[in-house]
Amino acid sequence: MRPAEIGRLRIPARVWLFATVTLTLAPHAMAQPMWLTLFCALLLCWQAYELHAGPLKRARRLVILLLAISAGIAVKLHFGQFFGKDPGVALLAVLLCLKQFELNADRDIRAAVLLSFFLQLALFLNDQTLPVAGLALTGSLIATVTLLSLQDVRANAGQQLRTGGLLLVQALPFLIVLFIAFPRIEGPLWGLPNDAFRATSGLSGTMEPGSISDLSESSAIALRAAFAGPPPPARMRYWRGPVLSQFDGRSWRAVAAGSAAAPRYVTTGPAFDYVLTLEPHNRPWLLALDVTAAGVEHARYANDFQLLATTPVRERRRLALRAYPETPLGPVEPAGLLRMNLQLPAGFNPRTSELVDELTRTAPDPESKVARVLDHFRGGSFIYTLRPPLLGRHSVDEFLFETRRGFCEHFASAFVVMMRAAGVPARVVTGYQGGEVNPVDGVMVVRQSDAHAWAEVWHEGRGWIRIDPTAAANPTRIDGGLAAALPDDAFRPLMMWPALEWLRDMRHQWEALSNAWNEWVLGYNPERQRRLMERFGFEQPDWRTLGALLGGAITILLLGLFGWAMLKERSADPLDRAWAVFCAKLARHALPRHPWEGPLDYAQRLTQALPRHASRIRHITGVYANLRYGPPNPKHVQLARKLLQEIKRLDLK
Amino acid sequence: MAQTTHQDAQTFIDAAGTIILGKENDLRLALACLIARGHLLIEDIPGVGKTTLAHLMAKLTGLQYQRIQFTSDLLPADIVGVSIFDRDSASFRFHPGPLFSQLILADEINRASPKTQSALLEAMEEHQVSADGHTLVLPEPFFVIATQNPAHQIGTFPLPESQLDRFLMRIHLGYPDRIAERALLMGEDRRELLARQEPVISPEQIGSLQRAARGTLVSERIVDYVQRLLAHSRQSAAFDGGLSPRAGIGLLAAARAWALTHGRGHVLPEDIQAVFPSVATHRLHMASDGRMATPEAIGRLLHEVSLP
Repeated sequence: MRPAEIGRLRIPARVWLFATVTLTLAPHAMAQPMWLTLFCALLLCWQAYELHAGPLKRARRLVILLLAISAGIAVKLHFGQFFGKDPGVALLAVLLCLKQFELNADRDIRAAVLLSFFLQLALFLNDQTLPVAGLALTGSLIATVTLLSLQDVRANAGQQLRTGGLLLVQALPFLIVLFIAFPRIEGPLWGLPNDAFRATSGLSGTMEPGSISDLSESSAIALRAAFAGPPPPARMRYWRGPVLSQFDGRSWRAVAAGSAAAPRYVTTGPAFDYVLTLEPHNRPWLLALDVTAAGVEHARYANDFQLLATTPVRERRRLALRAYPETPLGPVEPAGLLRMNLQLPAGFNPRTSELVDELTRTAPDPESKVARVLDHFRGGSFIYTLRPPLLGRHSVDEFLFETRRGFCEHFASAFVVMMRAAGVPARVVTGYQGGEVNPVDGVMVVRQSDAHAWAEVWHEGRGWIRIDPTAAANPTRIDGGLAAALPDDAFRPLMMWPALEWLRDMRHQWEALSNAWNEWVLGYNPERQRRLMERFGFEQPDWRTLGALLGGAITILLLGLFGWAMLKERSADPLDRAWAVFCAKLARHALPRHPWEGPLDYAQRLTQALPRHASRIRHITGVYANLRYGPPNPKHVQLARKLLQEIKRLDLK
Repeated sequence: MAQTTHQDAQTFIDAAGTIILGKENDLRLALACLIARGHLLIEDIPGVGKTTLAHLMAKLTGLQYQRIQFTSDLLPADIVGVSIFDRDSASFRFHPGPLFSQLILADEINRASPKTQSALLEAMEEHQVSADGHTLVLPEPFFVIATQNPAHQIGTFPLPESQLDRFLMRIHLGYPDRIAERALLMGEDRRELLARQEPVISPEQIGSLQRAARGTLVSERIVDYVQRLLAHSRQSAAFDGGLSPRAGIGLLAAARAWALTHGRGHVLPEDIQAVFPSVATHRLHMASDGRMATPEAIGRLLHEVSLP
C-alpha cells in the first residue's frame, strides 16, 4: 500500500492523533519557552490544514527536514545543551509535532502515540498537582482512543471514546495496586537535582523594608495545620521563622545561634496538638507554632527557639507537633548574647535615639520602658499599609517622624531599634502570624500573605517576651488578619476584596481538595507505605515483600478481568443480555426465573404476582420469545437493544 | 395460514370439550398427535372415556372409523383382511379388514396375542400392509388410537418396549374432577350426544394441518434444549436407559403440532415441556423397579434441565 493510500484510509486515526498531540503539548506550554510553544502551535496549524485539505505537494520533505534541524539548533542555543529535563522535553515536543507529517504506516501512528504517552508523563516533572493529573489522564484517554481507531475503523467517535474509557477503567485497579504496593523512594521522585534547589517564594533569612510586604501579595500557601482540638486563639498563632539580631542600619540578619537535639526550655501551660504540612521552601525552618515540645524526629531545637529540620525542606513535609504557647523562653541568657541584642550601628537614626531618651528617661524599669514605647506607637497615628513609601538612609527616623506609614517590618524594626536604644535587649522575629480555618475540611491554612515580623524583648528573670508593635499600632492585624487591618480604600490583593466572597468559597473548596490530594497521593511516602503495610499485617516490608504483593495482586486482578471477559463473551448476544437483565431485575423483586422456565410460563407467573405491570411484562416476554425462538430477524441487534432499553425503563415499584 | 389452522384446531378442541368434560389438555394432545402424524396410546382403567375419545375424534373429523376389539383369539387376518376365492372370476380376491380405515380404535390392545399386536404395529409404522404377496397402501390420514388396560390386570400381554416406541404419545385420562364428574352424571347420555355430533373439521383440513406442522420453525436453541433433555434422560440415575433419537424426533414433531394448535409458527420451550410427559413416559423406565416412568420422575427431569 502506498503512503498516500494509508494517509487517506487512516483519516480518523490521524485526527485522533492530532487531538492527542494537541492535548499532550498544551499543558507543556506553561513550562516551555514562548518561542517553542509558538513553533509547535504553527506546526499543529499546518497539520490541521493538511488533515482538511490533503498534504502539500512540493518540497514537503525538505521543509520538514529544515524545520527539524532549525528546531534542534534553537533548543541547543536556548538551553545550552540537549541533555536534561527541559531541553529533552522541548526536543521531544518538536519531534512529536513533526512526526505527524510522516505517517506512512500504522506503526508510525503507534510510535507517535507512545511518544505522547511519554510527554504526558513528563508533565509531572514540573508539577504534580491535581489539574495536571487531570490533563494527563485526558491525554491518555485520547491517546488510547487513537490506538483503538487503528483497530476498529468502523466505530464512531462516541463508541471509540466509550471503549477507551472502559479500557482506562479496567486499568484503574492496576493503578491503585501499583500506587499502594510499588516500593516508594525517599525524597522527591520527580525533582531532578537542579530543580530541587530552585528559588521558591517565602521568608528569607534577612529583613529589610519591603521584603515582607512583597510576600503579602501572594496567596500561595506556606503551611497547613490540622489541629487535633480547637485551634489556638488568633493572638497565639505565631509561627516562628528566622530570628534576626544583627542590624546594619538598613537590613536585619540572623546570627548563627547554634542548636541542640533537645529544647532549652521547659514546656508549661496549655498544649495544642497539630499536624503541620509545610510547603517546600528550600530552608531548614519548620515554622512551628511557638514553642514545640521535645521529641520531634529529624529536627533540632535552635537556641533562638526556632525548630529546624536537619535537611532543607525540599518537598512537602508533614510533622506531628505539640505546641505550648505559654512556655517562658530563656530566663537565663549568656551575657554575650544579650550584648549582641543591644547593638546598634553608629551614625544611624539619630532622631530615634533622642526620642527614646525622652520617652524612657524617667522609666523605673525595663517593663515600663517597653510600655512607653508601645504607647508611642499606639498614639502616634501610624498607618498600616501594604504600599509604604520608600525610605532613605535613616529608615527608622523617616518612618517614625515623617512617613508614619508602614508594614509590619517597619513597626518591628523601629520598635527593636528603640528598645535597644533604651538599653533593653531586643530582636526581630520573622515568621507567619494568623491562619484561616478552611470550613470545608477544618484545616488551618497559613499563606505567604500571613508573613509577619514581630519583636522579642528580654527581661531579667522573665526571659524573652513577645511584643508585636504592629498590634499596638493596628490591633485588627492580629485578630482579624491582613485584610481586616487594611483601610477600606487601601490597595489590597484581589483575593482580599470583600465582594469576592464566593471566589474565596471556591478557593476553600479547591484548597481542601488539593490538600487531600497532597496528603493522600503526593504525601504517600515510604513511611506511610510501611505503616499501611503493617495494617495489612506485613511487618517491616522490604522490596521483596512488596514485589510479591504486587505480583500476587496483579495476577488476581488479571484473572478477574479474564473471567469477566469470558462471562461477557458467553452472553455476547444482546438479546441474551437483555433477558438476563430482565430476569435479574425481577429476581430482585423475589420473582427469579427458574432455569428451566420458558418466557411464556414465566410471564404467566409474573403477571399473577404483579398484575399492575401485566401488559408490559407480557409485551417484553412476547418480544423476547419471538426474537429468540421465532424466524431470524435481520434487525435482531437493534430490536434487542430496544428491548433492553424497555427493560431498563420498566419500573416495578 | 397459521391463523386459519389455529382456528381449525381451536374449533375442534372446543367442540370436543362439550362432550369430554374437563380434559382440554388431553384433547389438545390427542389432536396434536393426529397433526404430527403419530399414533396415540391411551392407558387407563375401563370406564373413564377412552372409547368415547376415539369415537369423538372420528366424529369431529369425519374420518372413516373402525373399532377393533382386541381379544386373545384375534388373528392378524382378522384385522388386515383375507383373500377369498371368488368363483365368478376364478381368482382369489382380497377382502380388506378393519385396518383399512382412516381412524382406528384398537381397544384393549394388550389382550391380543403378540402376533396380532405386531401386525397392527407394523401397519402403524409403514402405513401399508402386505397380504398374499401384494403391498396395499393404507388410507391417509391413518391414525390409530390404541387403548390399554393397566398391565397388572389378568389375561393381558403387555406391549414390548420396541412396540411402545411406535406410539408417538401415551396419555392417561384418569378420573374426571368433581365438577366435570357431576356434569357427566347430571347431563345427557354421552352416546346420544356423540351420535348427534357433526364433523367440525374435514380430512382435507387435517391434511393441511399436518403439512403446516411440518413447516413450524424449530430454532437452534430449541434443538439445543431437546438435546439437553435427551442427554439428561440418558445420564439420569432415575431411569433405566434413556430416550432414543426417535423419541427426540417424535418430541420435536409433537411440539411443532402443539405450537400450531396455539397458532404459533415457531416452537417455544413451553411447547416442548407441554408434550414431553406424553412423549417420554412410555419410553422411559424407572431404574428402581423397571416400571414405566412416573409423572413425578418426568417432572423432575424437566426441572433439572435448564434452558440454553
